Amino acid sequence: MSKTHTILRSERMSRTSFILLFLAVAGSIYSATLEVGVDKQYQTITAALEMAENGDSIMVNEGIYQEAPIDVKKSVVLYGINNPVLDGENEYEILRVYADSVVITGLTLKNVGISYVEDRSAIRLIKNKACKIDGNHLDKAFFGIYLEHCKNIVISNNIIQGEAKHESNSGNAIHLWYCKDIVIDGNLAEGHRDGIYLEFVDNSIVKNNTVRNNLRYGLHFMYSDIDRYLNNRFENNGAGVAVMFSKYIHMEGNVFIHNWGSSAYGLLLKEITDSEIIHNRFEQNTTGIYAEGVNRTHIHGNDFARNGWAMKILGSCADISVSGNNFLYNSFDVSTNSSRNYNSYDGNFWSENTSGYDLDRDGICDVPYRPVKLFSFMISHMQSTTILMRSLLIDLVNYAEKIAPVITPHNLIDNSPLMSRIDYDREN
Amino acid sequence: MLKFIKYSFFDLVRSYWTIIYFLFYAIVSSAILYFSADMTKSIVSIMNIVIVLIPLVSIIFGTIYYYNSREFTELLLAQPVKRSSLILGQYGGLALSLSLSFIAGLSIPFLAAGILGSEHFLDFLLILLTGTCLSFSMSAIAYMTALRHENKILGFGISLFIWFFLAVIYDGLILLLLVLFREYPTDSLAIIMTLLNPIDLSRVTIMLGLDISALMGYTGAVFLKFFGTIKGIPISILSMLIWIALPAFLMVRIANKKDF
Repeated sequence: MSKTHTILRSERMSRTSFILLFLAVAGSIYSATLEVGVDKQYQTITAALEMAENGDSIMVNEGIYQEAPIDVKKSVVLYGINNPVLDGENEYEILRVYADSVVITGLTLKNVGISYVEDRSAIRLIKNKACKIDGNHLDKAFFGIYLEHCKNIVISNNIIQGEAKHESNSGNAIHLWYCKDIVIDGNLAEGHRDGIYLEFVDNSIVKNNTVRNNLRYGLHFMYSDIDRYLNNRFENNGAGVAVMFSKYIHMEGNVFIHNWGSSAYGLLLKEITDSEIIHNRFEQNTTGIYAEGVNRTHIHGNDFARNGWAMKILGSCADISVSGNNFLYNSFDVSTNSSRNYNSYDGNFWSENTSGYDLDRDGICDVPYRPVKLFSFMISHMQSTTILMRSLLIDLVNYAEKIAPVITPHNLIDNSPLMSRIDYDREN
Repeated sequence: MLKFIKYSFFDLVRSYWTIIYFLFYAIVSSAILYFSADMTKSIVSIMNIVIVLIPLVSIIFGTIYYYNSREFTELLLAQPVKRSSLILGQYGGLALSLSLSFIAGLSIPFLAAGILGSEHFLDFLLILLTGTCLSFSMSAIAYMTALRHENKILGFGISLFIWFFLAVIYDGLILLLLVLFREYPTDSLAIIMTLLNPIDLSRVTIMLGLDISALMGYTGAVFLKFFGTIKGIPISILSMLIWIALPAFLMVRIANKKDF
């Protein structure tokens, strides 16, 4: 008796909870779609936003909308059909989002206009969470997508194109400030000051983006910890990526290509600890990796091809391990400014290492290799000596130093240089 | 004078050594093109060869040619010809044949590798131009030295020393000066020192043409500013021409005074 009673009771309970659940779901499903367009219910996005409830969708039809700035204060889905254009008339910010769970997709936003007073942006998210900005086209935006104090945001598949000419009057394509748990995936950012800028951003992922032709950095980290950036392509920026004052950064599978110029870098590291740089490709950069104040970092499995300097590791770095990399046809492989070395360089392939031999045929060269040439050491101390580059004298001096090192760090040495290139099966 | 140029040019072109010199360039540049897939890298390797070998070969070949054709020169001088046109003619023929072997030896493999449509075509032309200038100036120096010294061994030694000085010791001096005066801005000093040495001038000109100049940082920028502007280009051309004209002038002066 008591047993059936219990069953009945539990059945009743589950029924009540089901009804409650149904009501809750129905409440959220019951959301209206508000249409905006010339011959539609609402002529302006602002008007539609005023009438919308949380959870509604606003469908923006083809057309040009000059009603910036638009404040989004409700959790709505804002989506465009046939690329509606939201014009900032070179005067205003376009979308300012103050509510959580907003989705913005399929819109074209353009002409934000330069300001020297405020950081105007095409899409600005202020203190909210769980938003998604996907598949938009941003054209001539001063700042593209600007996030401040946000959490759990996805920025994906946007095309952000600018026409920046000077660093002083240009903004960043994607700018994050004090954010957490952000995913930046598959965007194209070009023609801005920085492609992607992260300041105080923790626990975030930047992946599959193409960042090119930006004046300063492709990707810029400041004071951001525990972040990952994967499979991005940084091409022709002032510097590919600058990672500064951050720790636990994981950099994998990126391509740094043709960041070329008198002060250009592929990857610029400053005050970085406990990070990993693996399986990236550095090609035709003036300096592949520039490291200053870097500690406990692994540089493994990268290709350095045809750079001016593959790596400039300054004396302020310690416990960097460089292993399993291919150094291919760089003008200089490793350069340093200190006569002491606290990093290890074992087990790499050096294309300049032509005098090595391998009697026991284990693939490891029997004689250690010194990647630092006297001349590169000289240049780092006296810039003007670069005019002697490729002079016969320099070849002779390099050779003498190689046989009996006096000036270059005597323990900067690859004890097990590889005889042949490691073939990493790469897609990009 | 043209007759002498023509005569010694054809004499040299048919000679064994010119053909070897030509073949050397043809083989080396084909090998470089074959082994390195990248055109920039090939151009840089060729540049290294041009900078070191052209001066050396021009100097040695020039000296040998003078000493070898000495008796024939004496014979010709017995005829009613002007000394200056005879000497300049012989020198002209020598320099022309050296340049021709160099240009042909380099051009054939590079044309076959498709330099014409490549982005490095201008760099390649620059190498040909500087190489030719170097051939002319270094063989003039060699001829002048050989004329000055009756003693073959002494003449040969001095020629070689001049090459060694310009190719190696001079750079050592630049390095020394830059180290000594490192507290001061030394860029204009470096530019002046470069202009005074044909080998360094060629090296820097070619390098600035390639985009290696980005590696040279601030110094590179200063150099590019000088050598790449309306002020700099005529000055570097002028300096190169002086390095041809001055030895040629001295050569004629020595020949006129010389007791054959």
